Amino acid sequence: MTQGFQIVVCGSLVPDPLQTLEPVTTPQGPGLKNETMLPSVLDPWSAHALFEAAHLAKQVAGSKVWLVSLGPKAKLQQLMMTVAQKVPFELVALDGSASGFTDAHGVAAALADAIAAIPGLDKSRLLVFGGCASASRDAGVTMQLVGERLGIRDQFAGVDEIKVREDGAFTVLERIEGGQYLASTCAGAPAVLAWATGNLPEPPNNPQIGMANMRGVMPALMKAKPAPAGVGGIVYGKTEIPAQKRQTRIVKDASADEIAREIVEWVKG
Amino acid sequence: MKILALLHTQADGSLPKAAYETLTAATSLGQPFVVGVIGAGAAAAADAVAGCGAAEFLAVGDEAVSQPRYATDAAAAAALIQAAGPEIVLAPGTARFARCLPGVAHRVGAQVDTHIVALCGEGGAVHAQRWFYRQRILGSFSRAARPWMLLLDGGAQPAWQGASGAAHAKAVAVAFAAEDQRTAVTGIQAPAADAQTIRPDAALLFVAGAGWTKKQKDGQSHIGDAGALIQTFLRKTQASLGSSKSLVDIQSEGQETLSFMSHMNQVGQTGSTPRHPKGLATCCHGEEPHAVGWRFINERRAVNLDPNCGWAQGKADVVYVADAFEVMAKVNALLEAGGQ
Ligand SMILES: Cc1cc2nc3c(=O)[nH]c(=O)nc-3n(C[C@H](O)[C@H](O)[C@H](O)COP(=O)(O)OP(=O)(O)OC[C@H]3O[C@@H](n4cnc5c(N)ncnc54)[C@H](O)[C@@H]3O)c2cc1C
Repeated sequence: MTQGFQIVVCGSLVPDPLQTLEPVTTPQGPGLKNETMLPSVLDPWSAHALFEAAHLAKQVAGSKVWLVSLGPKAKLQQLMMTVAQKVPFELVALDGSASGFTDAHGVAAALADAIAAIPGLDKSRLLVFGGCASASRDAGVTMQLVGERLGIRDQFAGVDEIKVREDGAFTVLERIEGGQYLASTCAGAPAVLAWATGNLPEPPNNPQIGMANMRGVMPALMKAKPAPAGVGGIVYGKTEIPAQKRQTRIVKDASADEIAREIVEWVKG
Repeated sequence: MKILALLHTQADGSLPKAAYETLTAATSLGQPFVVGVIGAGAAAAADAVAGCGAAEFLAVGDEAVSQPRYATDAAAAAALIQAAGPEIVLAPGTARFARCLPGVAHRVGAQVDTHIVALCGEGGAVHAQRWFYRQRILGSFSRAARPWMLLLDGGAQPAWQGASGAAHAKAVAVAFAAEDQRTAVTGIQAPAADAQTIRPDAALLFVAGAGWTKKQKDGQSHIGDAGALIQTFLRKTQASLGSSKSLVDIQSEGQETLSFMSHMNQVGQTGSTPRHPKGLATCCHGEEPHAVGWRFINERRAVNLDPNCGWAQGKADVVYVADAFEVMAKVNALLEAGGQ
């Protein structure tokens, strides 16, 4: 690798998983009650992709990381207060709905256009990263659609590891059924890698990185193009939280022997 | 309405269980359908389902698709769809198809949806159901656009059962480009048989939480004991092992923890959502991001020291307020005595 990678990470915001979600009907289709008020986090699997991207960029000299995010501008700004402190990147913001009910096809088109428009983009050095599924739509299709739109034919899903060789070729581990990994080698960029958890812990906040990132974040938010991602071709019927509450029997003051007997009977039964 | 049931073989040439489930879905729509098979031994695999009632069988069994690689799988699937000309494509949501079929949708001008848990057809319309926000909101929907590709979640349909025979699958020619083979699959990394803890077909999911690594009533942590108790239980019951996020995060943060677990074991919002008839949670609090991973576990029990843990709030059928170290030691002893 003489020039390093251009790593573009696709990732947006999702409601904090500790929040209770309640579906409501809006003129634009299904949505969440108090959606604009819900605190957000960076979509967990794309967050792993971002951390892995920064790690890779550090290892391969001359590499650079972009984060392409489609979400409501005001919420993206809030999110950047924390995310921008984690790792160095340049933000490309698109202003639109981050709802889990939007159609992935429209979202992918907007992301691919935004990536293609990055000044100085060199496809021979391009790695497109993202999460293998979002915590909102959870479809696992956006990255492949983005890749196809950019004409990238080497794609990997559920990635937990990339190891790059001197010549730019790399090996990838992808999660498959039954707790196994599919190992592959790829001749090099361009490629799409949709990440699972990877291997890195969340980096601590670093105010210096935050300050450097924020110089680019504010202008990126100012010029964020509207991305009219909506429900597209999906016709929604009902959206609901099925009543799942169970009548929990709480067993207190029973001996370990009694409990063990009950558990074994149940396991065997 | 013309339907294509798109399937793939496994390394040994057989069809995965999820492929048989897709056939059940295809037959349930009560419309004519075609079966297309991709992968090593595709034509022979079609013979295994010859009795499914398909009007025609198509196959791509070229060497290029003997490995599950995005570019060649995508080229083969696109060719099968173009040959069959379906309005609806049903496919199993296996890792192989989840990787390539969304890209295929773009190539053939289709729309694609995944994680379908229910499907019904009325005249020319098809309605599907899937979960949004990682198993938190259930939605039903349809699309007017055709072709429409639907990837079905494993375990959501019964597996089709029927006669094998001579399917006379027609080989569909695919022009694989050299650039489709820049990636080479080099193998599968599986834990050694006795270290394999993820067992999708197990009757029981045993979930360990971070409590196993926490200081216990003597003020010490007992990670070695925890590991031995859990592994003995797994060996005796052949249960599948799940984990909370906190427990596997401890490992990536470099602290001492249970070495036989990884993020692959994690269930929940950012983990898996396995399907098992029963689940037993131990030393795990049952917080919402964790409990969404239990959506498809039918009977749920938990052992926790805390009577107010999340499980007690209507998420489990039974919560045993007890020390999991003590309980699991007794459970293992009973299993031992029972000859397991
Ligand atoms: C973006 C995001 C995504 C997340 N995704 C997930 C996810 O996918 N999966 C997931 O699991 N979590 C997820 N979480 C984390 C989740 O919110 C909880 O923090 C986590 O599930 C807690 O794990 P735990 O119950 O193992 O640990 P703790 O909360 O530390 O609970 C330990 C439990 O062990 C019990 N205990 C201790 N000793 C004993 C003993 N001897 N016997 C019996 N009980 C004992 C304690 O009473 C306690 O309830 C996510 C969080 C965020 C912010």
